[in-house]
Amino acid sequence: MYLTKEEEQILNGEAGETLRQAIEILVALGDIYGADRLIPIKSAQIAGVSYKTIGDAGLEWISDLQGKVKVPTILNPAGMDLENWKRLRISPDFAEKQKLIIQAYEKLGIKCECTCTPYTLEGFDVGYGDHLAWSESSAVSYANSVLGARTNREGGPSALSAALLGKTANYGFHLDENRLPEILFEVEYPLEKSNYGALGYVAGKLAGNRVPIFHLRNSPDVDELKALGAAMAASGAVALYHVEGVTPETRRVDFKEPAEKITIEKKQLDEVYESLNKACKEPELITIGCPHCSAAELEKAAELLKGKTVSKEFWVFTSRGLAKRYPEYIREIEKSGAKVVCDTCMVVSPATNNYSCVMVNSGKALAYVPGMCGAQAIYGSMEACIKEAVGETTNKAGGSY
Amino acid sequence: MVPIKLKGRTISRGCAKGEILLSRDPISFLGSVDPKTGVVIEENHVLEGKSIQGKVLVFPQGKGSTVGSYVMYQLKKNGVAPAAIINLETEPIVAVGAIISEIPLVDMLERNPYEVLNNGDLVLVNGSRGYIELIKQKTGKTESK
Repeated sequence: MYLTKEEEQILNGEAGETLRQAIEILVALGDIYGADRLIPIKSAQIAGVSYKTIGDAGLEWISDLQGKVKVPTILNPAGMDLENWKRLRISPDFAEKQKLIIQAYEKLGIKCECTCTPYTLEGFDVGYGDHLAWSESSAVSYANSVLGARTNREGGPSALSAALLGKTANYGFHLDENRLPEILFEVEYPLEKSNYGALGYVAGKLAGNRVPIFHLRNSPDVDELKALGAAMAASGAVALYHVEGVTPETRRVDFKEPAEKITIEKKQLDEVYESLNKACKEPELITIGCPHCSAAELEKAAELLKGKTVSKEFWVFTSRGLAKRYPEYIREIEKSGAKVVCDTCMVVSPATNNYSCVMVNSGKALAYVPGMCGAQAIYGSMEACIKEAVGETTNKAGGSY
Repeated sequence: MVPIKLKGRTISRGCAKGEILLSRDPISFLGSVDPKTGVVIEENHVLEGKSIQGKVLVFPQGKGSTVGSYVMYQLKKNGVAPAAIINLETEPIVAVGAIISEIPLVDMLERNPYEVLNNGDLVLVNGSRGYIELIKQKTGKTESK
């Protein structure tokens, strides 16, 4: 891998130990994946934030680092709402460790905004073709696919190294040749709303780590694309997908149709919704906001909850940035007894581990809640989730068909 | 004995000596190695019950959670990390873990390490220059590989 004179000097330790280690990480990964050089990045998003996932091992490493990030950098969701952690019965010990992790990141000049939807934050805009070093799998998928930016799915230390240097190694999804569709998914019936999360849950398992292109009957909006990508990144390892005529690269690049084609039947999506009918018990906890709710999703939840009272525990996850920008939605949602929770999510917070059956409107949460939280997960649309929360369901009918 | 020197690829810089400990199984540092003692605790792992402390640990590649990188750092801070690592082909979790823990690591040696090295051999790993050197073969070796 080619290094500039300045980069060589950093690698030789002339800019201090933290930067030496940072560039050593980028060079090692670049060599493993065949990168030719380092390239500048516009922003970074760092995984390895929740104490539930990184534990004392991660806390020790982050606490020992010195230096300042060179590009705008934010964090993945933490294990709790950083301002109001007691509400979800987080233990004081956990909260203490979680705060230490956040403080260690802040010391490095990182903005303490913990979200899987960094693209909704002010001052964190992403353009077509921008190179990034992001970590969280749904954010990576959104940046690559919906925004046409370029990022690999970085691990915590590699994203942090990239942030400290303002650079990343040029391999993987930074290169044109790795962004071509490799498998075609055809869906021959119209889709709406939570169907996209269910489609992603099914398609991700079939795609593995390949780049899919979808031929759909209708055009999903950005929140539907967010749900599709998040689910595929969780049930599979899809970091980039295309939707013909919808996502930006399909309009700028003349993609050849992949040889492998799979038609996804309606029946396969129905099976995802059937988790509700198959569940051996009623959900005790209902959660939405995986990935974090957008402004439009908060507005919709507020509208659906207007004048109603929840009879079950109902959590709505979003970024602190959006919660502050739209206090009227937050007030309306919380008036129902639901809790709007920032900085964290149902997957990475230990709070979810206190329940044995959780209802979600996210293909990603459906994939992760059983393994990460030890709870059964069932799937329904946002409407179905809210009906369940306010006790309007007369039978166990899920889904939104 | 003619000293054997094998070229490989630099992954993590630095230079260290130690006795060889061979594992044919991949290693996940999260959950498989006790960060306090450096003892392998994964059930049915070929190294189960053995300590990796101070060894030149040879394994094919890493596996499992990315948190494994941080566990390698914990091993180092607790003084029970391997002295150096040799992989067939390193993947990112172990690469990153070795770098942040300052454990020299060389992979893709010009000869298969499982054919050249035996448990107990004294080996130098030069991560900075990308080679390993067999300094002293274990005497009276009887074990088969």
